[in-house]
Amino acid sequence: MTPFAYHLARDPADALAALTAPGGNIPLGAASFLAGGTNILDLMKENVARPMRLVDLNQLALARIEETPAGGLLLGALARNADTAYHPLVRSRYPLLSAAILAGASPQIRNMASNGGNLLQRTRCYYFYDTGTPCNKRSPGSGCTALGGLTRLHAILGASEHCIATHPSDMCVALAALEAVVHLRSARGERQLAFADFHRLPGDTPQHDNTMAADELITHIELPPARHAAHSAYLKLRDRASYSFALVSVAAALALDEGGRIASARLALGGVAHKPWRQPEAEAVLQGKPAEPAHFAAAAAVLLAGARGEGVNDFKIPMARRAIVRALEVAAAGTPGPACREEER
Amino acid sequence: MNERIHDLQTPVADAGTGFVRVGMPVSRVDGRAKVTGEARYAAEHPAHDLAYGVVVGSTIARGRIAGFRLREALAVPGVVEIITHENRPRMRSFDLFYKDMTAPAGAPFRPLYDGEIHFSGQPVALVVAETFEAARYAASLVAVDYLPQQHETNLMSQLARSHKPKPLKAGFSPPPDERGDAEAALLAAAVRIEAEYYSGVEHHNPLELFASTVIRGEDGHLTIYDKTQSSQNSRWYVSRVFGLGKDKVTVRNPYVGGAFGSGLRPQYQLPLAVMAALQLRRSVRVVLTRQQMFSLGHRPETLQRIRLGADRDGRLRAIVHEAVAETSCYEDYVEVVVNWSGQLYACDNVKLIYRLVALDQSSPMDMRAPGAAHGVHALEVAMDELAWALRLDPLELRLRNYAEQDQMKGLPFSSKALRDCYERGARRFGWARRPLAPRSMREGSELVGWGMATGTWDAMQMFARAGAVLHADGRLVVSSAATDIGTGTYTAMCTLAADALGLRLEQVMFQLGDSNLPVAPIEGGSSHVATVGSAVAGVCAKLQKRLFRMARRLHNSPFAKARFDEVEFAGGGLRLRRQPSVAMSVEEVMAAAGEAAIEEKYLMLPKVLKQKKYLRATHSAVFCEVKVDEAFGTVRVTRVVSAVAAGRIISAKTARSQVSGAVVWGISQALHEETHADHRLGRFMNHNLAEYHVTVNADVRDIDVIFVDEDDRVVSAIGAKGVGEIGIVGVAAAVCNAIFHATGRRVRSTPMTPEKVMAPGGDVSVSAAL
Repeated sequence: MTPFAYHLARDPADALAALTAPGGNIPLGAASFLAGGTNILDLMKENVARPMRLVDLNQLALARIEETPAGGLLLGALARNADTAYHPLVRSRYPLLSAAILAGASPQIRNMASNGGNLLQRTRCYYFYDTGTPCNKRSPGSGCTALGGLTRLHAILGASEHCIATHPSDMCVALAALEAVVHLRSARGERQLAFADFHRLPGDTPQHDNTMAADELITHIELPPARHAAHSAYLKLRDRASYSFALVSVAAALALDEGGRIASARLALGGVAHKPWRQPEAEAVLQGKPAEPAHFAAAAAVLLAGARGEGVNDFKIPMARRAIVRALEVAAAGTPGPACREEER
Repeated sequence: MNERIHDLQTPVADAGTGFVRVGMPVSRVDGRAKVTGEARYAAEHPAHDLAYGVVVGSTIARGRIAGFRLREALAVPGVVEIITHENRPRMRSFDLFYKDMTAPAGAPFRPLYDGEIHFSGQPVALVVAETFEAARYAASLVAVDYLPQQHETNLMSQLARSHKPKPLKAGFSPPPDERGDAEAALLAAAVRIEAEYYSGVEHHNPLELFASTVIRGEDGHLTIYDKTQSSQNSRWYVSRVFGLGKDKVTVRNPYVGGAFGSGLRPQYQLPLAVMAALQLRRSVRVVLTRQQMFSLGHRPETLQRIRLGADRDGRLRAIVHEAVAETSCYEDYVEVVVNWSGQLYACDNVKLIYRLVALDQSSPMDMRAPGAAHGVHALEVAMDELAWALRLDPLELRLRNYAEQDQMKGLPFSSKALRDCYERGARRFGWARRPLAPRSMREGSELVGWGMATGTWDAMQMFARAGAVLHADGRLVVSSAATDIGTGTYTAMCTLAADALGLRLEQVMFQLGDSNLPVAPIEGGSSHVATVGSAVAGVCAKLQKRLFRMARRLHNSPFAKARFDEVEFAGGGLRLRRQPSVAMSVEEVMAAAGEAAIEEKYLMLPKVLKQKKYLRATHSAVFCEVKVDEAFGTVRVTRVVSAVAAGRIISAKTARSQVSGAVVWGISQALHEETHADHRLGRFMNHNLAEYHVTVNADVRDIDVIFVDEDDRVVSAIGAKGVGEIGIVGVAAAVCNAIFHATGRRVRSTPMTPEKVMAPGGDVSVSAAL
């Protein structure tokens, strides 16, 4: 393992300072935060990530989950995925988030993984992980080996000629659908970022997964007041029943009016792009319509507009279309419960 | 007994376990040591002044090493040495010395022998350091310059250059000559089916990483803890490769954390660790990473084509089974893929062809039920296709073609309770309620399907020696250089010995896993219990007779007038069968005879002349239920019943675990496991447990194992055949056939991942009763 320094941060200010100080001999971007360690340690073992310093965040008081004055929920960046998924307020108000988290990884990983870290996990592209092959995301400018290679898990939307990797998170798909807000802090101050603006498409700089600055720290993830608790579904299609990344996943949420018409719809896809894939135009298609398969299919068509496979992963396009319809059907029929169904089955 | 085995950590059953009989469900005698972490595996043995080796692997698939740039790596504090082909210690120069006991024909790969690259991931350097961390870091700094050459790793693009394999591998039989006239019979058949079946590469993923700890004694003796399925095979290999006397090397493997065939041959970490120990004159440990284990070998990618012809009533008229598999450019790895098709069903016209394509990859390796796992799979899916073409129940089709004898030489089966497997499996599963037509059953959004398949594997026996020492305090120590790769060898052998002498299980210790112990074969091919078990039974029989003679000779012996066949060994000693109150414990006999210990040895040689008069095989019938969401191609295997005929079951609990574990792997083969190569790079890419998908708990529902009564004294003196492989054979076919029954679609490629199973087209109804 590459030698690295280790700093146990006392508080957010100390953590931020430790990104470069003491000594100032570490350039910005050369240190990494350590929370659950479920991704960064793997990346270090594979020589994919070689931070000069690990700044351990685990003593920071950022693990709470609490209500906001506006009626939403504030998820601490250091709250564990499992604690978040099983939190009574998350389960009752945001069952979509609960279901998405529990569809991800394994129980052991969810027990360790933090909410902030979940947003920052890197792609699972085989080439990114194998330092014996070129990869623009790992070594900018070296080329994308995935193009023309093993692309079964790769993007069908929003890819570029420089990178066709996907974002692997399940949790983030639900957070995108729920219009979460990411709270960031740096020495320069605090700011809030809409979830849709947090992750980015690869373009010609695929080394950047998101729009966070190198000197920023995620402190919280804020969920706006719940509107869709009664009609939501997270559908994840994958190669095995647990511990595998999504081929395609769908976060679907509806608010129905008294006449059964759709008052509000939310739709996001995982496993198909460099970021959770959401298009407000697709949701607008459903606005005011009865909750019926024909309208669901129309929304799917809008959400998947421009989808393009690499050959091996062409199947993801019909799979996604069908998954959107199914997820919306399930949501319309009422949120399946309890969220921990997978374990109980 | 040899003095070098005092620290073997041989497990003993918990006190209070008591008397056991062969066939009882006995908990593992090594269970406690394993779950408490007391059991030490190859990488866990401590050694004084231990150095750590980390392997650097090639990033190209074919070419030559032009040079190394090592300055940066050598500068890492703690680095002791970087061994490459340029500075390695002396190794023998003839291929013969590199052939282990299961090597196929060809020139075995020689790690760090020269600068030639034969496959991606090939070891090119070993970095040795005072700490694992330093070695690991320095290994990442080793720069290798290559002169790459054009490589070829894609079987499917190279089918045209297949060749007839050299058949020289232990346990392999080339396909027999054609029987009858298969092509003519096919043409004349009333019903024909023809299809191609593809099976992707699979890699062994035992939990334990490959590792060797070489402990160098002050006298230069090497005691090596190696992950292997045979300590004696590893010792043989090390002695020959490095020209060391056998008395200079001891190899041990008292605990092995799974191997599945990957430990049949010595793997490269062993010679690398030995090299470093010889060069540095100190103890060395080398542990491979999970990623590096994907460079060891694999179940070969195979394309098969099967043509079946039958009468209208389902009687098979012709079977043509052809297979093309990949091998390396340096060895002809062979396995029995097609021969089963000439054996499993009655048919007069059979043609079997098996060919290889040499690719720039490491040699494939035996993986659980090598050849049969995909060969019988293809046949059993083809039989299901034929059954549907005939509109005949798949089980009925198999019964109509039941083979009563070997069809090449007309030999009888030594035993074959396959009919019982069919009957009992079908009854337990509820097969009689199966609607004939596909797409007949639905639950919510899922289609439900029921499928079945037959399994078969050879019932083999090798030769082995066993030693036994019975102590005055009633302790029995039996030994043989056998292996327990997690299969239950310790438990089965202790059970056999305890039963033979009527002792409590906790009085018996079975020593295995040391190359100095009496000779035993490699643990493989489902032959270990039939082989080593018969040797154990043999040595215990000698102890029985000796003990009886001792007892009879005693002054005023209660057995003075008894014959040997009038006594039995039970309750801690011997007693008269007709008058059990006339009894003496082992301790009493030993004390009265004034013996501190008695020792016997036994050489078990298979009764080859008798065995050759029979066809010897295990059989199974597998029934399976799947639920398929055809909108997405997701498959859940909700129920499996496996009925197995594998001779007498010695250790019921570990045998059951073997079969249910194999069923899990069958599900994995059917739905999940495949290693994907990027042929542009000539490299396997999903080389970790996150991306190489092995079935997980959430994929496994009900598994029901039935052992059908068999007792085969032709295969072995103890009546056992072996259960290691049979459990996996046919499982994937049963899953495939159940998917067809659910959806009406035939998937002829494994693993059957969602995109292969999902309904084509855009108009599929995804709406379902929710």
